[in-house]
Amino acid sequence: MLDAHPAPLVQVEDLKMYFPIYTGVLRTQTGNVKAVDGVSFQITAGQTLGLVGESGCGKSTVGRAMLRLYEPTAGRVLIDGEDVAKMAPEALRRKRPSMQMVFQDPQASLNPRMTLAGIVSEPMDEHTDWSREKKTERVYELMDQVGLNRRFVNRYPHEFSGGQRQRIGIARALALNPRFIVCDEPIAALDVSIQAQVVNLLEDLQEKLGLTYLFISHDLSMVRHLAQKVAVMYLGRIAELSPSRDLYARPLHPYAEALLSAVNEPDPVLAARRNRIILTGDVPSPANPPKGCNFCTRCPKVMDICRSVKPELAEVEPGRLVACHLYTTQADAGSAGATEAKERNQQGVSQ
Amino acid sequence: MTDTDLGIAPPESQLRAVWAQFRKHKGAMIGLIILVLLVIFSIFGPMVWNPEKLSVAEALKLKNKPPALAYPMGTDQLGRDVMQRMMYAGRVSLAVGFVAMVIAIVLGTTIGIIAGYFKRLDGWLMRLTDLFLALPLIPLLLVMVMLFRDRMAGVLGPEGGAFVLIVFAIGVTSWMHAARIVRGEVLALKEREYVLASRAIGATSRRVILRHILPNVISPVMVAATLGVAEAIITESVLSFLGLGFPPDFPTWGRILFEGLEYITLYPERVIFPGLAISLTVLSVNLIGDGLRDALDPRIRGR
Repeated sequence: MLDAHPAPLVQVEDLKMYFPIYTGVLRTQTGNVKAVDGVSFQITAGQTLGLVGESGCGKSTVGRAMLRLYEPTAGRVLIDGEDVAKMAPEALRRKRPSMQMVFQDPQASLNPRMTLAGIVSEPMDEHTDWSREKKTERVYELMDQVGLNRRFVNRYPHEFSGGQRQRIGIARALALNPRFIVCDEPIAALDVSIQAQVVNLLEDLQEKLGLTYLFISHDLSMVRHLAQKVAVMYLGRIAELSPSRDLYARPLHPYAEALLSAVNEPDPVLAARRNRIILTGDVPSPANPPKGCNFCTRCPKVMDICRSVKPELAEVEPGRLVACHLYTTQADAGSAGATEAKERNQQGVSQ
Repeated sequence: MTDTDLGIAPPESQLRAVWAQFRKHKGAMIGLIILVLLVIFSIFGPMVWNPEKLSVAEALKLKNKPPALAYPMGTDQLGRDVMQRMMYAGRVSLAVGFVAMVIAIVLGTTIGIIAGYFKRLDGWLMRLTDLFLALPLIPLLLVMVMLFRDRMAGVLGPEGGAFVLIVFAIGVTSWMHAARIVRGEVLALKEREYVLASRAIGATSRRVILRHILPNVISPVMVAATLGVAEAIITESVLSFLGLGFPPDFPTWGRILFEGLEYITLYPERVIFPGLAISLTVLSVNLIGDGLRDALDPRIRGR
């Protein structure tokens, strides 16, 4: 945590991704679904940023917009100093090898009509003019790296288990030696024993190849294990961005707190004492978010200011960025921050 | 790398796997055998079965004979041997059926894929498809044939001109269903993650379509294609019946069928034989399409 700051490999500034809503007979645009609404973060080379949040909060959209699979509405995405969000198509195509993606559903992310060899060598077909032998060689090398038996090379995706399929997906992402990989819930579709294998594989690869990950997940314990920094998203905005150790020890944003209180505790004694914060109500529609803080409709510590002013992400403690009026408004800053860890329920009621 | 030879087998092996699976499909093999027999009947039949030419007077004495050893399918109202006519007719009918189907499928698949994949063109292309669907088919064909028949006949001769014209006319008026089915399929396919993955790799639209979209729309295309053959053969006979297809003395299965229709109460075999030929063609093509679809799908092939 205390190391000097090396230049970040990935830098996202105020990324916005709006999907227009068309209604009526004339299909006029009547609004936007603000899937991602001003997200900024940085990822240091060789590190992992975890991106957590509930379903529909825009995690995957961030990942996809960063790789220009969607056209971002606004904002900059600097990867290795180049702004991916505004690149011309041909330049973007040449940039693609350095940024890759591992998808959520390994079943859907592999073409059922291609063999493993075909799938893994597709990036090489696109970006290199290697001979067949050289591609084959590289396919074998990648299969060794992700732990797939070389004999599987002519098999089709349906002949593999979920974990093996995810390994194929990882091998494909690695084919062109990327520096940055977006892992879009790579373990969500796998069962628990396989999850651990895949996560360990991702870790090993990071160590060996110096990869940088954006690890999107809703599995909080996996993120804790893997990520150095964690961003908690709610309704298209980052609620808290903290080093993972600090976040898990003492979440600052009320939403992060509620989210982390849902993590299962293996020790039954501790589990009995743990305070689950149960949020009431539903997530507001991203097409029509609240005027103030996005979380104000469900926040147990809501204040008047929350309903009218959107809090900005600000550094409230060294290295910890929080978007919450509890910490930025002068009056509450000292007391709330210090006491909230223990007295969360009372505070929730008293507001 | 001692075990490299275990590696990526040459591409023939995939074709061989498809063929192996195809051969396991009983229906498909039956269909293939029927189709091959029909083709042999039409192409090589006239070389073997060649009844002597008769004068008009002789022929008239032999008119309306029932099937017998000398005339396995009987003779028609002009004393012509029906079997010989069936053989010549088979050449034309099969050719029209398959060529028109290929035109319709290529056109339909292309338009369907473009409409489904490129959102900007979707509206325009689908309205065009609706336009074609809304056109009354027979009058349109009649107008096309009327306008172009003489010009085509001048270039390619009466039969060749009629063939090209009919095939083209049937092709451009029967691609719409294929286009609609394919478009629907493409709309679903292009949201699949492997297409996204391919785009993340930096593949161009052309490559994505050829590598991921096209192979995965094969099965609905197969179904549309097999139905298309039957439809084309029937449409050709309708046109010929209306006097706008091939010249009147030029035999096609559809034409023999319609000529026999007049005599159906007296000589039902006149209708049964061409009807049987058309039905068998359709059946065999359907079976082959079925087997091909299964053989091309690796998920089924593995079993």
